[in-house]
Amino acid sequence: MSEILVVSLFFSMIRLATPLLLAALGGLFSERSGVINIALEGLMLAGAFTAATVTHYTGSPWIGLIAAILAGSLVALIHGVACIQFKADQVVSGTAINLLFLGVPALLSGALFASTGATPQLRQDQLIPNVPIVLAFGLVPVVWYVLGRTRFGLRLRAVGENPEAADTAGVDVTRVRYLAVMLSGALAAIGGAYLSIGQSSLFARNMSAGRGFIALAALIFGKWKPVPTMLACLFFGLAEAVSIQMQGVSRIPVQFIQIIPYVLTIVVLAGFIGHSRPPRALGLPYQKKR
Amino acid sequence: MKSIREILFPLAAVAAAFLVGAVLILAVGDSPVRTYELLIGSALTWPDGIGYTLFYATPLIFTGLAVAVAFRCGLLNIGAEGQLYIAAFATAWVGITFAGLPALLLVPLCFLAALLTGGFWGAVPGVLKARFGAHEVITTIMMNFIAIAIASYFTQYHYKPPGDALLETVPIGENAHIPRMASFIPGFPERIPLNVAFLLALVACLLVYLFLWRTRWGYEIRATGANAAAAQYGGIATGRQIVLAMAISGALAGMVGVNEVLGYRYRYYDSFSSGYGFTGIAVALLGRNHPVGVILASLLFGALLRGGLFVDIFTEHVSKDLVVVLQGIIILFVAAEALFRGSFVKVGRRA
Repeated sequence: MSEILVVSLFFSMIRLATPLLLAALGGLFSERSGVINIALEGLMLAGAFTAATVTHYTGSPWIGLIAAILAGSLVALIHGVACIQFKADQVVSGTAINLLFLGVPALLSGALFASTGATPQLRQDQLIPNVPIVLAFGLVPVVWYVLGRTRFGLRLRAVGENPEAADTAGVDVTRVRYLAVMLSGALAAIGGAYLSIGQSSLFARNMSAGRGFIALAALIFGKWKPVPTMLACLFFGLAEAVSIQMQGVSRIPVQFIQIIPYVLTIVVLAGFIGHSRPPRALGLPYQKKR
Repeated sequence: MKSIREILFPLAAVAAAFLVGAVLILAVGDSPVRTYELLIGSALTWPDGIGYTLFYATPLIFTGLAVAVAFRCGLLNIGAEGQLYIAAFATAWVGITFAGLPALLLVPLCFLAALLTGGFWGAVPGVLKARFGAHEVITTIMMNFIAIAIASYFTQYHYKPPGDALLETVPIGENAHIPRMASFIPGFPERIPLNVAFLLALVACLLVYLFLWRTRWGYEIRATGANAAAAQYGGIATGRQIVLAMAISGALAGMVGVNEVLGYRYRYYDSFSSGYGFTGIAVALLGRNHPVGVILASLLFGALLRGGLFVDIFTEHVSKDLVVVLQGIIILFVAAEALFRGSFVKVGRRA
């Protein structure tokens, strides 16, 4: 393999890992607090659409990015209210959010741009191709620090492992969970924004194409820890980079490479290579006892 | 009072979803009344509206039942989508490979392919859950992607007609076709793809009802779902029931392949499902995981799918994506049913 190929593969891997990493770090906050977040896919779509639309109208990708963060947090808040306040099944609520944001961007872009789910093309100078990459990888040590070395991190983990004990110790379980879920929405939305105003220059219908689920896979593969999760994202990014590079060149069908993350997740979950243990209170609504 | 609640909650969820939908329609600049008129009205015309509504409802009955059976065992099968894809491909494969067989052999063989492949694809997460404790939600999501990739690989590399621009297989043998409803109802047009699979879906509802509430295994599945620890203590092999429930769930989802391949397109068509597996979750939830509820919810969503096409064409701004949005909101409201509990329990008590 030539050096140029290796270098281009490396950068391709970084670019492809970025949206996964942002969404996975988001998922990490939510799930470590005990709230399952299979809504990452929908949150990414919400972020991608908002970023592209707002950037189109304001001309500034920064405002677009901030709008995406707000949109992601708000959508995540819906998930939070359903799961935390109304004790809905977290997986079901996540599924609803995913469906909802498959449809809402398409519905709105139909009205705003008279298209079936795409936003107008943005100019090259209206894109932020590098900032989300720096943000994603820069966040890994931050998340590691926050999770392991701060009061908030300690409370987050306590709420996710044993909410009763955390409650007894004076931690506001509900508040911590709301915060974690909204944080996950914000991060996943940045991942989505990267897709629409970083990697490409518009929002297209269902443009996340399952990345929210791969991010979830990376989170499980990384055992809900920031650094291993980043490594998993890099690995899945590499798999995608290789499959893109091989398209048309190699005889190995792309489908075989595409399924690698999914097969690995199942293998890991089944405990065939190292066991991945979810937070103990994951998926359980918390009812304060009187 | 319990039964009143069973009916009132889903109705309230649907009403609330349509209300939120109306706000969205207003926001994009159309009239909610006219949009809903189109959405519902175009599903009720004879024969096209009703024919297509029932046709769209058919896969939803199967996936709704699939999700409901798993639910009754305390499992959330998000994998109906993958199960129906892999089963549809297997159905087409049998229909293509053994095209020379007489219909009397070939059709049952195709059915078997659908049931067994779907059942297998469902059983794997069941085994992973029962044996290794792997959460079925994650494994079924992952297996969706794997199923779609496998089916698409075989279609693209081995069964695509040369020169065909679409990602689809060669047609199945004519002996594998199952009759359309036009053969039974005088005056019903042949072009409407409603076929025998719809009747089979109704039969499946009856069978699932009998199985769950009238057999020992069905009882054990429900006991496992209600309280796994207690069921185990009571001598039920909960692991086996989990695998069984997931296998049945997968087989039911696999029947979508019969409707699609043997009754409609007569070949496997890549990405044919418009999220039937996921809509199945909405159907099961709205139908309270009961076969009768599943039928009613499927009819509603079938009508929305049919009506959505007309909304797409005849409104200024609203697209058929409104249907997905409505589905999402309905699921959300059904899931967060505590939202309605306060007000509706009182109504129930008065009645």
